[in-house]
Amino acid sequence: MSAQTLTQAQPAGNKTLHGFQYRLRRTLRAIFYYTVATILVCFFVFPVIFMVVSAIKTNETQITSDVAGVRAFVPYPFRLVPPVNRLDDAPAEVRAAYTGLGLQNFFDVFRRMPFGRFMWNSIFITTTTVALGLLVNSMAAYPLARLRWKGQGVLLAIIVALIIIPFEAVAIPLTLLTTKLPRLGGGIGWHDTYYVQIIPFIADAFSIYLLYQFFISIPKDLDEAAIIDGASRFRVYWNIILPNSKPVLATVAVQKFLWIWGSYLWPLMVIRLPEYRPLTVAMQEFFGQYPRLWGDTLAFATMTVLPVLVLFLAFQRWFIQGIATTGIKR
Amino acid sequence: MTISRETGRETASGRQRRRPSKERIKETALAWLMIAPAALGLIVFLAIPFFMAFQLSLTNTRLLSPNPPEFIGLENYRQLLRLNVIAMEPLRDPATGEVQRDEQGHILYPRARTILRSNDKYAGMEELTQFDLFGKRYLVAAGDPTFWRGLRNNFYFALVVVPLQSSFALLLAVLVNQRFKGVTFFRTIYFMPVVLPMVVVSIVWFFLYNPGVGTINALLKAISFGRIGPQAWLADPGLAFPAIMLLSIWQGVGFQMVIFLAGLQGIPEELYEAAEVDGCNALQKSFFITLPQLRNTTIFVIVATTILAFQLFTQVYVLTGGGPSEATMTTMVHVVREGRYQLRAGYASAITVVFFLIVLAVSIVQRALIREEREIE
Repeated sequence: MSAQTLTQAQPAGNKTLHGFQYRLRRTLRAIFYYTVATILVCFFVFPVIFMVVSAIKTNETQITSDVAGVRAFVPYPFRLVPPVNRLDDAPAEVRAAYTGLGLQNFFDVFRRMPFGRFMWNSIFITTTTVALGLLVNSMAAYPLARLRWKGQGVLLAIIVALIIIPFEAVAIPLTLLTTKLPRLGGGIGWHDTYYVQIIPFIADAFSIYLLYQFFISIPKDLDEAAIIDGASRFRVYWNIILPNSKPVLATVAVQKFLWIWGSYLWPLMVIRLPEYRPLTVAMQEFFGQYPRLWGDTLAFATMTVLPVLVLFLAFQRWFIQGIATTGIKR
Repeated sequence: MTISRETGRETASGRQRRRPSKERIKETALAWLMIAPAALGLIVFLAIPFFMAFQLSLTNTRLLSPNPPEFIGLENYRQLLRLNVIAMEPLRDPATGEVQRDEQGHILYPRARTILRSNDKYAGMEELTQFDLFGKRYLVAAGDPTFWRGLRNNFYFALVVVPLQSSFALLLAVLVNQRFKGVTFFRTIYFMPVVLPMVVVSIVWFFLYNPGVGTINALLKAISFGRIGPQAWLADPGLAFPAIMLLSIWQGVGFQMVIFLAGLQGIPEELYEAAEVDGCNALQKSFFITLPQLRNTTIFVIVATTILAFQLFTQVYVLTGGGPSEATMTTMVHVVREGRYQLRAGYASAITVVFFLIVLAVSIVQRALIREEREIE
């Protein structure tokens, strides 16, 4: 499926109506459409607006008293005392009571927890898993789709069968198994490392299947020409198949990115030390600390979703296409 | 490496004919070499743990235990699945033998614990629930009531969320499939929650669900003109699970919307044109063309959402931990509590085996339904 098909639409309106009646009907339809669509926009964005707006309100009392109304979604400065012309001239207690909008909550997060470390952990784990996953899975899909060899059919059937096993079904044995695996440079046990968060998720049956489906659809002429010119089979994979497979590579990358960035169950099982803790578990930890400060917690939440939201808005076509493919290809 | 023109042609056209064996061996070797890393990963981190789950479920293995695990047969499954329905005898006055009643005239029964303690047959069992049938009261006792509550909640979640979320998603898909300015914007916004990590979504909604003074409470008050008072959403056993359902739908519906949208755009334009020639109105077109054409997409959406309902974990774990009084317990929350906190890897594996069998059953039903469709065609 291509990007164009997503934007295609069914013919709208009734062509048999003409003139004024037709225009009136069309206008009413548009008003109805935009009203419904806008109400739905409010439904889908209000928690996000609430999160960001509360995160930049530096006064905790303001946040908690604003929640019961529209003000929860409006960033406005809050003053406990009559405003003074210049804050620098004001007495210390006035300065302390004056609160406005700012990044204080974000600084507090960094003060209370090694947020940078968690962010780095999540970025490192996610990018490594996605990159290695693309390489390993496309390398496996290529011979399945484009070479002729013994065992091909059986292996493909096994990989398709493996798709059915959900991660949840193997989480407990995998927890046990990873305590017994050796680390590079000596030592046994993968708990509280990066290994345990990256290596088990590189190979992925569903990714292989998606890539396989795309690879068999690439015209054969391309690689045959290259082989006649003396290219090896591996070079065909690297120089012809991969560059021609950008849509499916993007799909696979997006799916895995969303899964690993948001993964919670697995790090909860195997990561106890803060050094290797990803953002999701750190977020839950932070949320569980008392006193529970709304501003700080929501600042933490904002910083956790910001990278994803930016990536999503920049590459939204790929994200949506990636998910749409999941449904069609199965 | 040089390949002659002849060999190149050979590869191109000679699929059925036997090829030079040297070439064949080379290709096979390269194939296995390229598959090796993925195969190794899938074997070590998927296939082996998958079979380990069955094996572990027959033992009393513990995480981080110095003692070697013992084989205990089906004991884990016995504890997990044991269920007894016991008819309860009313309390009788010891002197007159009459049935005792409270002030409202309800018959008084002994406490569940008293019954379960009185008979060795019920050793290790706890009360799951009680119900009345034909004027008699029954006590349901289970070896692991938490497991049954979790399973019941998974089914409850699936029964409510699957139809709601799927129809909502279809509605959104139809909406963003119209030819209006700005549909791309609407599509982007409706899809946006899907990319947010569930932990963050849960925590933001935790604040929105604030008991007493809270955004959701204020909103309900406004639209009911003050008739609906503040609720203690996540602390109320009756409301906590519906509250979790709402945020799950909010986060997940964009996913199904996009799948339905792709399905809608896969419907050939000619079908609608033909229907229009035949004089069909919009309603007839959606009933006789759109819905039948979306059959496979709908099956996929329903099955995928059902499987997600059984995997339900993060939002529950973050918001309620399965409480209050196990009202939001789910199978996966139970697995994590047994596995991670009780360290009972053997028992937790038995639960995951049951979980897998349910997911497998759902997938088999899906395949059967889709195959049937193909046969009709």
